[in-house]
Amino acid sequence: MSTLQLDAEALYATLRDGVRGLLADAAAPDPALVGIWSGGAWLAERLQRDLQRPGTHGVISSTLHRDDFAERGLAASGASTQLPFAIEGRHLVLIDDVLNTGRTIRAAINELYDFGRPASVRLAVLVDRGGRQLPVAADFAAARLLLPAAQRLSLARAEGAAPDRFSFTVEGSA
Amino acid sequence: MKILIHGGRVVDPASGHDGLADIAIAAERIVTIAPPGTLRDFDPERRIDATGLVVAPGLVDLAARLREPGQEHEGMLESELAAAAAGGVTSLVCPPDTDPVLDEPGLVEMLKFRARKISRCRLFPLGALTRGLRGEALTEMAELTESGCIGFAQADVPVRDTQVLYRALQYASTLGLTVWLRPHDAFLGSGVAAQGAMATRLGLSGVPVMAETVALHTLFELVRVTGARVHLCRLSSAAGVALVRAAKAEGLPVTADVSINSLHLTDVDIGYFNADMRLTPPLRQGADRAALRAGLADGTIDALVSDHNPVADDMKALPFGEAEPGATGLELLLGLALRWGQDAGLTLPQTLARVTLNPAQVLGGALQSLAASAGRIVEGGVADLCLFDPDAAWAVEPAALASQGKHTPFAFAATGMALTGRVHATLVAGTLAYQAPAATPPAA
Amino acid sequence: MLARRNPQLNSHGELIHLLSIEGLPKAVLTQILDTAGTFLAVNDRDVKKVPLLRGKSVFNLFFENSTRTRTTFEIAAKRLSADVINLDIARSSTAKGESLLDTIANLSAMHADMFVVRHAESGAPYLIAQHVAPHVHVVNAGDGRHAHPTQALLDMYTIRHFKRDFTQLTVAIVGDIVHSRVARSDIHALATLGVPEIRAVGPKTLVPGDLAAMGVRVCNDMAEGLKDADVVIMLRLQNERMNGALLPSAGEYFKRYGLTAEKLALARPDAIVMHPGPINRGVEIESAVADGTHSVILPQVTFGIAVRMAVMSTIAGNSAR
Repeated sequence: MSTLQLDAEALYATLRDGVRGLLADAAAPDPALVGIWSGGAWLAERLQRDLQRPGTHGVISSTLHRDDFAERGLAASGASTQLPFAIEGRHLVLIDDVLNTGRTIRAAINELYDFGRPASVRLAVLVDRGGRQLPVAADFAAARLLLPAAQRLSLARAEGAAPDRFSFTVEGSA
Repeated sequence: MKILIHGGRVVDPASGHDGLADIAIAAERIVTIAPPGTLRDFDPERRIDATGLVVAPGLVDLAARLREPGQEHEGMLESELAAAAAGGVTSLVCPPDTDPVLDEPGLVEMLKFRARKISRCRLFPLGALTRGLRGEALTEMAELTESGCIGFAQADVPVRDTQVLYRALQYASTLGLTVWLRPHDAFLGSGVAAQGAMATRLGLSGVPVMAETVALHTLFELVRVTGARVHLCRLSSAAGVALVRAAKAEGLPVTADVSINSLHLTDVDIGYFNADMRLTPPLRQGADRAALRAGLADGTIDALVSDHNPVADDMKALPFGEAEPGATGLELLLGLALRWGQDAGLTLPQTLARVTLNPAQVLGGALQSLAASAGRIVEGGVADLCLFDPDAAWAVEPAALASQGKHTPFAFAATGMALTGRVHATLVAGTLAYQAPAATPPAA
Repeated sequence: MLARRNPQLNSHGELIHLLSIEGLPKAVLTQILDTAGTFLAVNDRDVKKVPLLRGKSVFNLFFENSTRTRTTFEIAAKRLSADVINLDIARSSTAKGESLLDTIANLSAMHADMFVVRHAESGAPYLIAQHVAPHVHVVNAGDGRHAHPTQALLDMYTIRHFKRDFTQLTVAIVGDIVHSRVARSDIHALATLGVPEIRAVGPKTLVPGDLAAMGVRVCNDMAEGLKDADVVIMLRLQNERMNGALLPSAGEYFKRYGLTAEKLALARPDAIVMHPGPINRGVEIESAVADGTHSVILPQVTFGIAVRMAVMSTIAGNSAR
């Protein structure tokens, strides 16, 4: 474990305020929240509740459109995409926990397009950790920092007494 | 050439001799057998140092396919007789299922002539029992015997018409000839693997034990009626062994052999459809193997044979059911006989008897002038000898075999086990037919 | 003999070829079923394609004719964005005497990435898998009477879909089991997934006693075989069986072993009826049952495409190392 400490709950509060702003944009009316499995989906679920959004949030799995299939094979936990609303012509706000190379976002958008053509897609993330390999940018990031490629940053969600409590785990050498 | 073989452990199953001795050879025959260093008045042109080696009678293999005439690649007869010599085999019996079938005296004479020229191993061909092996008309058994056939057989093509089989046995019996038959019912036995759990799992058509026992019952009944001598080829089942045991107890004139494959392997060894395990008879279950081993030990089964068949690579690179049955074996006969003998707790003379004396006795009078000395080491007898190192371990590497048949279930890569017992030299009629290259240690 | 590693799995225990259900751990089977669920959802979308096999060439090598199975493999491969080439081998070079391995070598030179093979000889796909380059994958679409693993997987998916828990089920397989690759694969799959009672039902000529060695209960009486069954899998009866002195006639077979509504009443009230297809109406099953409420024969076909997509994408993603 490294000595880097990130307060996920504090960052969530910042994200919530930023997403509230994106959802209020008059140029993109009636937007829907779509979370990227798994961390983004947790965030979208809590955002949907905390921001009192009508309806249900969507969940996108990038499994079927990943570009590393030949090296890593099909992911064992094939979480499924669940989109309880039509994509065609809809404004979307995509939520993810960590933005890194940008490949997951690319795969998620490809998956979205299998369902229809959205009117617009904007991206809000908890942490933008740099290291982009594709031209992808977040419309809102609660924190921006640079981490070495060898370090893994992932969101965890606590079970039990205080559900929804988020925390970060960092692994690997600095 | 006068040869002295000195310092070897001379083992002769017939007389029971098992001890150090020197052997003097001249003019194709064994002149003297004497305690080591005691020979006087013998001035050899060649001396062979047999220290640490066993000097045994040359092996007599009752079943080896040479694929000539007919299905041969270039130089097949040469390579297969060289393989025999490398395996310590000095006499071998080949079946008549050549192309054309050995049912004409001219063909037999040509084969014997070619083999004599190569002079690595004595060849005793079986003639076809019926013309073209078609199971309809008898062959000229008297003529064929005169050309050199030592018996009559149907190879793997059973006679379906019991009337024809009866007449054939009756005729052979008239002439005092032995008929060599594989007990196999053509209709019950059309599968590609032994019936049982393995064949069921693999979805391979199965040959039930019934195919062997029904045929045995029929043969024994025909033997009772005709009095013909029958040699039963390649027993494969416990039930078959039991029937042969009872027939011998009854006094029927029958003998039997078993192949090195059935003696050591079972159907489980087919693994993932390994075509090297596609054999006739098919490999059966553990209980059958145990009964075959016991039968060879107690004399119910007289001889162990290589059942050598040099199948070409492209006939094995096929799905199991389409692959040609057979495996190479001449160079493995000695090592596999010794392994069985050790497992069965037999002495070396007893073990060697199954591949020397006993098969020679099965051939019996058909050997004519050789009958008295084939499969034996006796003064005045032919100098057909196999010198081998009983402790040398060697790995079976198909590419290194002299035979053109490279397919064997006993390849080291498949079994992880080396054979023990390596031929050092082979003499046929007092001439060196084979000498091993300088010893190399076996693969680790 | 040295034990050989199962040629279907690489050194990490991952599936690289699908040749038989036998020898596959339960986790591998379950993973394929779970993945199939994902693809079933994909097949409901407007855009039914995913790019997992894009740029790959899948060769359908059917040495035995079967338009149905070949079509479902073709659809599955195309939905994975693969290029599909169908080879009608029976009418081509093999008829001219080209050996199986020569055919494979020629096709490999055309950069085939995956072979889907159906062959009349048990074990043929193993021979092929032994001789292909490391990056090439082999799917057995049925070999002789040995195995039909994708059929078994879609059968298992069907059972899981309608019955949920394998460990409480009684499954009866009825028909020509001794000649059936579907039956063999079904039996292995059911056993691996923990089905406690698997029954093989049929006359002695088609269901001999030594089938018990595969872990089934042999029932030569249909009533005994169907009693309280949760799942009934009917197998197709082939005409050749009449000629091979195994059965006297289709009519007599139907009387004793054909599935009628009356016989089905012996099974559980919520039993499902399955059949790998194509069905012989009036021979192994009567129309009323085939088209009735217990029948899940049509869902089997739908599941079949998703299962084959799952199989192909799973093996294509694992390397031979």
